[in-house]
Amino acid sequence: MATLTLSNVKKSFGKTDVIHGISIDVADGEFIVIVGPSGCGKSTLLRMVAGLETVTSGEVQIDGHRVNDLEPMDRDIAMVFQNYALYPHMSVFDNMAYGLKIAKTPRAEIEERVAQAARLLQLETYLQRKPRELSGGQRQRVAMGRAIVRKPAVFLFDEPLSNLDAKLRVQMRLEIKALQRELGVTALYVTHDQVEAMTMADRMVVMNGGMADQIGAPLEVYANPATEFVAGFIGSPPTNFLSAEIIGQSGDARIGVRPEHTRLSDSGNLKARTVYSEALGAETLVHLKCADGTQVTVRQDAASTIPQEGTEVGLDWDRANEMRFDSSGRRC
Amino acid sequence: MAERNGMVERRGAGLWLTHLGLIVGIAFIFFPIWLAFVASTVEQQDIVRPPMPLLPGDQFLSNYARALSSGVNAPVSTMLLNSLIMAVGIALGKIAISLLSAFAIVYFRFPGRRLFFWLIFLTLMLPVEVRIVPTYEVIANFGMLNSYQGLILPLIASATATFLFRQFFMTVPDELAEAARVDGAKPMRFFLDILLPMSRTNVAALFVILFIYGWNQYLWPLLITTDPEMNTIVMGIKQMFPSGDDIADWPVIMATSLLAMVPPVLVVVGMQRLFIRGLVESEK
Amino acid sequence: MEKRVKFKGIWLPILLVLPQILITAIFFFYPAGQAIWQSLFIPDPFGLSMQWVGLGNFEFLLSDRYYRASFVTTAVFSILVTVVSMGVALYLAVLADRLVRGSGTYRTLLIWPYAVAPAVAGVLWLFMFNTRVGVVTWYLGLLGYDWNHVLNEGEAMGLVVIASAWGRISYNFLFFLAGLQAIPRSVIEAAAIDGAHFWTRFRTIVFPLLSPTTFFLLVVNIIYSFFETFGVIHTITSGGPQQATTILVYKVYADGFVGQDLGSSAAQSVILLAIVSILTVIQFKYIERRVHY
Repeated sequence: MATLTLSNVKKSFGKTDVIHGISIDVADGEFIVIVGPSGCGKSTLLRMVAGLETVTSGEVQIDGHRVNDLEPMDRDIAMVFQNYALYPHMSVFDNMAYGLKIAKTPRAEIEERVAQAARLLQLETYLQRKPRELSGGQRQRVAMGRAIVRKPAVFLFDEPLSNLDAKLRVQMRLEIKALQRELGVTALYVTHDQVEAMTMADRMVVMNGGMADQIGAPLEVYANPATEFVAGFIGSPPTNFLSAEIIGQSGDARIGVRPEHTRLSDSGNLKARTVYSEALGAETLVHLKCADGTQVTVRQDAASTIPQEGTEVGLDWDRANEMRFDSSGRRC
Repeated sequence: MAERNGMVERRGAGLWLTHLGLIVGIAFIFFPIWLAFVASTVEQQDIVRPPMPLLPGDQFLSNYARALSSGVNAPVSTMLLNSLIMAVGIALGKIAISLLSAFAIVYFRFPGRRLFFWLIFLTLMLPVEVRIVPTYEVIANFGMLNSYQGLILPLIASATATFLFRQFFMTVPDELAEAARVDGAKPMRFFLDILLPMSRTNVAALFVILFIYGWNQYLWPLLITTDPEMNTIVMGIKQMFPSGDDIADWPVIMATSLLAMVPPVLVVVGMQRLFIRGLVESEK
Repeated sequence: MEKRVKFKGIWLPILLVLPQILITAIFFFYPAGQAIWQSLFIPDPFGLSMQWVGLGNFEFLLSDRYYRASFVTTAVFSILVTVVSMGVALYLAVLADRLVRGSGTYRTLLIWPYAVAPAVAGVLWLFMFNTRVGVVTWYLGLLGYDWNHVLNEGEAMGLVVIASAWGRISYNFLFFLAGLQAIPRSVIEAAAIDGAHFWTRFRTIVFPLLSPTTFFLLVVNIIYSFFETFGVIHTITSGGPQQATTILVYKVYADGFVGQDLGSSAAQSVILLAIVSILTVIQFKYIERRVHY
C-alpha cells in the first residue's frame, strides 16, 4: 500500500527524447491506466517506475522515498509482462515462489503465500504444472500470482491482456480490476486499448509523443478532452473533426463533435453525402463525406431512419457539445 | 508421415527396388565393420592364411580380454580411460567456457566486448592442424606433454559452442531477464536458475557432438602422448602395428578397433535425437 | 541483434569471458602468430639461431616440386572424397525419402558410422585391402587383379579416398535426407501431375531446391577432407607411395615433426590457414544469404 509520485520524469536514449517530462501523483490504492498509441512512450514510463530503465531526469518516489537509483527488487513493486515472462522450466508453484526464495523467505511462509494467491486466482489444481501445459488465460493468472505473492506496494502491468482473445480479455479485465480492489494495491497499468482504459481506470493518463496530454477520470477525459489528440483517441467511433471554416466560422480552429452528438437534420447548416451505414442492432453508424472531403460519422439509435447511400443530408449538433481546438491542438 | 503418402510414392516392384538399394548401401557401410568383428573373434592363424572366414569364430572372449588387459604397447582399458577423460574433458570444458562467455557477451555491456567477440569468433573453424607445430611448442613449454591438460586444453580453444549458445541466448525473451530482475535475481543467479536450465537441451546436444569430436582426435594425441600409458585408443591402434616386417596381431588390433568405436557409436545411437539436433545446429 | 536487457557490471562479464579468452590467446592466437612469425625464418643447421628470410620460405615452397605436387594431390583427394561421399549419400537419401514407412529405421542404421573415427576407418579399410591378409585383396587376386596399394600410387589414392568417404556418408546422408524432407510434397506432386517422371522431377525440381544443402555440404566436406582425413592417411599409407597421398596437412606434419623443418612447416601452416579462411568466408557469405532468404 503506497503512493507513487512522478515529478517531471524525462527519458532520452542518446539524443532522442522519448519522455518529455511527466508528473503525476498516484494516491494509495488508486488504479491508474496509461493509454496511448504504440511508440508514445507509455511502456518506457512504466519500465522507469519498475527500474528496468534508468530515469534521465526527474524523480520517481514510492511512498515518499526516491527510488531512481534502486534496483527493481528494492522498489517494492511487482510487474506483469505482456508475454507473461513465465520461467518455462519451472512449475507454476516455483514461478510464483521464485522471488520469495531469492528474498530468503521462510519455506512455510512461501507455501502459505503461494497457496493464498493460487486460491485467489483459482490456480490451486495447477501448481505443479509447467507454463506450457496451461492455457493463455491460466498463464496470465500465473503472471498475476507471481506479482501478488510478493505483496508489493505497487502493481505494474505492461499490456497484460493483449495476448488474449477478445472474450477472455473482457473477463480478465473485470478480474484484474476486482483483484486490485480486493487487495487495495496501487496499480499502474499500460495499454493501447482505450476501452480497457475507460473501464478499468480510476484515473487515466493519455500519452502522446512522450507527453501526458491529459490526466483525469475516464468520463471527465471523455467529456472534456484537453487536446485534439485525446478527443480523437478516446471514444469509438472517434470524434468528428471539422475546420471552423466549413461551418462558417472564422479562424483556423478545428471543431470536434462526438458522433453521438451529431445528428442528421434537414435544417443542418453543413451538407454531406452519405457513404455507407453500419446497422449494429442497438445503434446505427452513418458515415458521410462533406464537400471538402472531411469524413463524419453519426451515431443514431436503431429506430431512426437510415438515409439512402449517396443522398445529400444536413448535419447538425448542439453548440454546447462543440469542442474547439486551436492550431496547436489545444482546447480553446 | 501420413501426408507423405501420395502419388509420388513407390509401390510394388519399385518399392522393393528402393528397399534393395538401401540395403545394398547399408551392406557397403556395414561390411568393413562386420569384417573387423569377425577378425576380432578368430585366431591369428585364421587371418594370416587368407581368405579369412566371413563368420565369427569362438575367440571373442579371449581376444577382447587380451586386448583390454595387455594390448600391444599399453592395455586397451588404459587407453579407453584416457580417451574417455579426454572426450569428456573437451566436451565439458568447451561447454563451460562457452556458456560463460556467451552469457557475458549477450547479457552485459562492457569495455572490450566487441573485441572479445571478434577474437573468439576468429577461431571459428580453424582447426588445430593449421597451427600444430607452435601449439605443440606451447604445450611442451608448459610441461604438458603426456598430460590430460595437454590433450584437452588446445582443443577447447574454438568458438563453435560459443556461437551456438549466443544464438540460443538471443532467442530467450528479454522479459525473462526482466522478470528475474524484478524478482530480485542477480546476474549469476539468473544464469544458474533460469538460463542454464533453459539451455539444457542445447547443452546435451552439444555434449554429444563434442564427445565424439574429442574421442576421435588423432593427430593431436599422436604428437603429445609419447608415453604409451597416455595414449588414447583412436591413436593407439596405429601404434599396435609393428614397425618392421613382423606380422600384426590382427585379432587384438581389430578387437581394439571395435572397442574404439563402441562408446561414440552408443552415444550417437542412444541419443539420436539430440545428436541430429546438435549436428544441425552446430553446423548452421 | 542486441538484447534490450543488459545487466550492470564490468568486472563480472570480464571474469566470465576470461577463461575462453585465456585459452584462445594461449592455444590459438599465440601459436597462430608463432606460425606466421616462424614462416619468415629458417633455423641454421644446428638449430641454434634463426635467420630472417622474409617470404623466402614461401618462395621456396611455391617453387618446390613436392609441395606443388602435394597441392595437386590435395585437390584430387578432396574432390574425390567429396564427390564419392556426397554422391552415395544423396543416392541413399533419395531412396530413403521415397519410403513412407521405415525411413527412420534406415536413418538409424546409416548414421552411426559418423561416430567411427577416421583413423579407425583407416585401420578397417587397411585390413580389408592389406596386401598380405586382406580379404578383398585375396578375392581380387582370384579375379586376376593384383592389388598392391603399397606400391601402386593410384590404388593408394583410391583406398584413402574410399576409407575417407566411407565415414563421411552418414553425415551427408543426414543433411540430404533432412533437406529432401523439407521440400514440400505439393511441389513434387504438382510436377507429377504435369507429367514429369522421377528423373525429370529430380533434375528440374528436387535438385535445385536441394542446392543450399548441397552447397553447404560441399564446403564442409572439402574442409573435412583437408584436415580430418589425416588419420586415414597416416594409418593406411603414411603419405606414400612416393608421396602420392601426401596431402597438405600431412606434409605440415611430416616436414614439421618428422623432418624438423620448422620454417617450411610454419609457412605451410600459414598457407593452410589462408585456404581455410577463404573457405570460411565463403561459407559465412553463404550462411548470411540463407538467413536473408
